[in-house]
Amino acid sequence: MNAGNVARLLVLGLLVTFLLVPRWFAPVFAPLNQFGAPAIYDQGNLLSLALWHVATVIAAAFASALVAVVLGVFVTRPAGAQFLPLSRAMVNFGQTFPPVAVLAITVPLVGFGQVPTLIALFAYGLLPVFENTIAGLEGCPRATLDAADGMGMSAGQRLLAVELPLSLPLILEGVRLSLVINVGTATIGSTVAAKGLGEVIIAGLLSNNTAFVLQGGLVTALMAILLYDAMRLLERRWVRGSQG
Amino acid sequence: MITIERLSKRYDDAAVVDDVSMVVEPRTITTIVGTSGSGKSTLLRMVNRLVEPSSGRVLIDGEDTALERPHLLRRRIGYAIQGLGLFPHRTVAENIATVPRLLGWDGARVQARVAELLGVFGLEPATYARKYPHELSGGQQQRVGVARALAAGPNLLLMDEPFGALDPILRAKAQDDLLDIQRRFDTTIIVVTHDIDEAFKLGHRVAVMRAGRVLQHDHPARLITHPADPFVSQLIGTGERSLRLLSLLTAADAAQAGDAIEGPAVATTATLREVLAELVWRGAPAANVVDAGGTRVGNLSLHAILARGREAQ
Repeated sequence: MNAGNVARLLVLGLLVTFLLVPRWFAPVFAPLNQFGAPAIYDQGNLLSLALWHVATVIAAAFASALVAVVLGVFVTRPAGAQFLPLSRAMVNFGQTFPPVAVLAITVPLVGFGQVPTLIALFAYGLLPVFENTIAGLEGCPRATLDAADGMGMSAGQRLLAVELPLSLPLILEGVRLSLVINVGTATIGSTVAAKGLGEVIIAGLLSNNTAFVLQGGLVTALMAILLYDAMRLLERRWVRGSQG
Repeated sequence: MITIERLSKRYDDAAVVDDVSMVVEPRTITTIVGTSGSGKSTLLRMVNRLVEPSSGRVLIDGEDTALERPHLLRRRIGYAIQGLGLFPHRTVAENIATVPRLLGWDGARVQARVAELLGVFGLEPATYARKYPHELSGGQQQRVGVARALAAGPNLLLMDEPFGALDPILRAKAQDDLLDIQRRFDTTIIVVTHDIDEAFKLGHRVAVMRAGRVLQHDHPARLITHPADPFVSQLIGTGERSLRLLSLLTAADAAQAGDAIEGPAVATTATLREVLAELVWRGAPAANVVDAGGTRVGNLSLHAILARGREAQ
């Protein structure tokens, strides 16, 4: 087992242990608090919050990746080329428009809970995947595409058999970026009653409990690191020997 | 037989290919030679409709190519290009199998064909089938490119500067291989090149293009002895024309009956240019012509060679 795998297992083990039996870590967090305030978050189940958090992020990332790839493919086809500037503007808007503002707008429309958070994360995660899809498709070597046409592939066959596989490394990189950004961003969902680790941080801020804030922050950070790493492993597995 | 009728390609008002008509005989190699921008690649790409003609038509064995869907037409026509365009994410075997798979061949037939072609091109299947293109040398990649173009056994093979990226030694080898392949599979081949030496070495017929027009399309020897245009003579080079003529003929063509003589032995397949060079080097007045089995078929004197270098063909 190499050093990378050892570190991976240690981080994962630490996170899982903390989520399963947080009280074991009470001595670590206790010095941060005064006046006998609780050292470990006690207003909900940390494990369940963490699972909700990661599920929300993955669902949003999956949806935005799907839409961004389809859109990226569309605007690089001859029929869709004229929509490139418009799509790019929309996707950029999704990234520059603050997720908090998205929440403020969507809550009156869809109510409190998980849905407004999913919408905010979805909009926020489009850009990296969209831009990387376009970069990947446009970066396919001219001679390779010419050969694909010359062999008699139809446009669809060329896309599926040549263009997407060659773009896959860049697309996955975009998905990874969008996932990791959203693990952090998802904490704000708790302001509109979405279940997630933001709850722990907000509870800490409200009650001036530094230990809570730190717990929420650290668990989020560890999950971001592990997701990033998991995506790297997935990329290496999916991208065949030729392009490693 | 490929019949090109009044074929033109215009972009805006500029004609890249301008009213070209020519007939390519079956089971021959035709080379299209010209400077860059002469329209030779565009002409080639109109044959398999990678470029749609502005006017005119292309007939393959009498059938108008415009009547078939382009991607289906292309599956019947081999295509090899400079830079090869091998699929980097696919193994050598998968690359070669591209067109057979598009045509829906069953797995066993595809595998057998891939193994056969790897053998023909001197790539041991057990070693090379599962390699990726980037693991091969330039010469091997080039052979895979041609093998892929031939995979479905097309009657017609189009090649656009196929050897452009190879160094001179590999290039000469690839040209010899192509001549062997053509004889072996009886394929009709059209090769686009900017290299006049390559055009003469490969072509049963050579077409010279300039500014979108075919200036002359004829046997290589006719291009030398009867150039139709000053540009043709310029391209061939008057200083080299006699030697070019000699390089079109083999020792077998010019050998004369006679007893064995004092002098070097040359193969029947050697060009007269090579024989001449050998005689000059050895300081000998004549050579014995010997076939592949080692049997003497005749003599070849300096005088006889020189006569061929000026003869109107």
